[in-house]
Amino acid sequence: MFWKDVDILKITFPHMGNIYIPLKTIFENLGLEVIPPPFCTRRTLELGVAYSPEFACLPLKINIGNFIEALEKGANTIIMAGGIGPCRFGYYGEVQREILKDLGFNFEMIILEPPQGHFFELLNKVKCISNKKNNSVKDIVRAIRLAWKKALLLDQLDMESFKTRPIEITRGQTDKVYNWLLQQINDIRHEDNIDNFKTKIIKAFSNIRISDKATIKVGIVGEIYTVLEPFVNLNIEKQLGELGVEVSRNIYITDWVRENLLPAFLKPKDHTKMLQLAQPFINCFIGGHGQESVAQIVNFSKKGFDGVIHLLPFTCMPEIVAKSAIPRVSQQYCIPVMTVILDEHSAETGFRTRLEAFTDMICHNKEVNDFAKVHSRN
Amino acid sequence: MKIGIPRALFYYQFYPFWKIFFESLGHNVILSSPTNKEILKKGIELCVDDACLPIKIFHGHVADLMGKVDTIYIPRIVSIEPKEYICPKFLGLPDMIRNSIPDLPCIMDTELNLYRGKSKIFDYVFKLGKDLNVNKNRVLVAYYKALKTQKQFEYQLTRELRIPQDILNETRQIQKDQVLEKKPSHIKVLLLGHNYNIYDDFISMGLIRKLRKQNIAFITSEMVVKKNILEGTKKLSKDMFWTLGKKTIGTAHYFLDRKKIDGIIHVASFGCGPDSLVGELIEKKIKRDYTIPFLSLNLDEHAGETGFNTRLEAFLDVLEGRGYIEDNFSTYG
Ligand code: SF4
Ligand code: SF4
Repeated sequence: MFWKDVDILKITFPHMGNIYIPLKTIFENLGLEVIPPPFCTRRTLELGVAYSPEFACLPLKINIGNFIEALEKGANTIIMAGGIGPCRFGYYGEVQREILKDLGFNFEMIILEPPQGHFFELLNKVKCISNKKNNSVKDIVRAIRLAWKKALLLDQLDMESFKTRPIEITRGQTDKVYNWLLQQINDIRHEDNIDNFKTKIIKAFSNIRISDKATIKVGIVGEIYTVLEPFVNLNIEKQLGELGVEVSRNIYITDWVRENLLPAFLKPKDHTKMLQLAQPFINCFIGGHGQESVAQIVNFSKKGFDGVIHLLPFTCMPEIVAKSAIPRVSQQYCIPVMTVILDEHSAETGFRTRLEAFTDMICHNKEVNDFAKVHSRN
Repeated sequence: MKIGIPRALFYYQFYPFWKIFFESLGHNVILSSPTNKEILKKGIELCVDDACLPIKIFHGHVADLMGKVDTIYIPRIVSIEPKEYICPKFLGLPDMIRNSIPDLPCIMDTELNLYRGKSKIFDYVFKLGKDLNVNKNRVLVAYYKALKTQKQFEYQLTRELRIPQDILNETRQIQKDQVLEKKPSHIKVLLLGHNYNIYDDFISMGLIRKLRKQNIAFITSEMVVKKNILEGTKKLSKDMFWTLGKKTIGTAHYFLDRKKIDGIIHVASFGCGPDSLVGELIEKKIKRDYTIPFLSLNLDEHAGETGFNTRLEAFLDVLEGRGYIEDNFSTYG
């Protein structure tokens, strides 16, 4: 097999939020060298746009940018997830391989097809990738477990930051703590050090000085990549936080891993139940997270959120179907929903204004409602 | 009962089946008008903004049927081949219609899902039968009758090399096509694209009409037997899970390898998910391994016919020029 001719495997993968940390953990613990792509920048986007099909969806383009930048830094093996459709993601890897080949890069691409119930297939692939290092199954399981625990911590980190950012007294405190913890999670090498980290996160955040200012609550739903990758969603969570909004999202890293890499029986049961909320509007699975976006809007409304923002890349198929349902859902559940379509031309400036307008509208509605309530009581 | 069928999307693939099936069960089938400006306008108005043109047009056709029929047949077509899908928008089509069109009559949105095997077709017809309140025996009779017609239709496509438009519009005088084998001297174009785009005269801005007028012989994936398409897809490093995409790319590979064609036209809807990748793969293959003119046409509601014509003309000029030069060479060679 190919990795016999390559002296040293230098592994890379696409960025999606913080997912690089658990991925790095897996491969490094198996003794492999990892070269993560540089964080997404303007250049990443430009490279991606220049070399991808014009009408491909945005995640594919940014992936291409990531790959090019990682290959430039010396990576020679790309790990990518596969899929069985109906959405484009399942065929990304195939197209990306062709694009990079045409650009003349020398690399191998390993596409992890979803195991469809065979967790051992995944183990096997990982074992194959790392076979030179004589890892036992036990080593592999240990590496995966450590990575999984890190993923859980990262999700917790995000959730904590959502709570404090809107009410921090000194702007930027939350980000500071966040980045500091992120670095630490990244650096953890042994499982022993991870178990008490949860409390450490909580403690670190509780040290941030906060006001008792009232916040509004906004949920974020939509296509997973745009929800998870701050570069693409123009830092929406941070921006909303700064506007005094407590955000929550429908998807976290661990959800993506569950859906894409683990067998079906490990999926949480309440998930299916949650999806049923979408049924009057979208009656079946339509690929990607289309049905889930709609279900989550209902869910957020039931949980008393003040509004929802729906994110999707331009031409994203499942989310377009979801979008058709939004006017009805929004009306029926009395929750304002703003749809944001992201593409390579999206810019942060105009975006901030839109977010402000949306939050102002929510605050205004709230006031009117509260006023009405007070009056009806008298 | 009057059952309305929108003359859009899989009308071009399954209409013979649907028509005979419903008629055998004693219902009237009513088609929407051929796509026209009014239908397009209605479709754009009703449909969610970001959908592709054929989906918008479908909305228009549904609107066109409203008031004329008792029920509209809008099947949820999940999959028509094992382990394959059409596209997320097909999966969610009845939902989109319900979400976007107010005051709908009753809709029959029976799910057609052959993902787990062809035999699931019976789930589909029995479900249809149940919705129409007929017993299984009658359903089976209707099914086999409809199947026969459908097979005939497919035979006409692949053996007689006719196009669905001509077969379906029985009223129109049947035009024998300028197909490859029959007129070897002609320029031969491979016309790729989803059936609901290339055969809808309005959507495709009369592409087929124009090719015929210019005496260009063409072949489409509908005219190619499945075996050949599958042969073409064998080269893919990963099996493609979109039925229409697979058909397109399989046909392209098959003909490219056999060098039977002078040029390729690929028609895609603007914003079509599968085609954004399929088109790229075909174009890359052509650029790498062949020297054959390739024209990619993107259709949306803003596309102007003049620009479309210019590009088509330019492409045909290239083809004709090439044919001429090659003729010259052979005379002297
Ligand atoms: S979910 Fe949307 S963005 Fe993701 S692959 Fe599908 S179409 Fe592209
Ligand atoms: S044109 Fe493309 S995106 Fe639109 S319905 Fe057909 S396959 Fe789906």
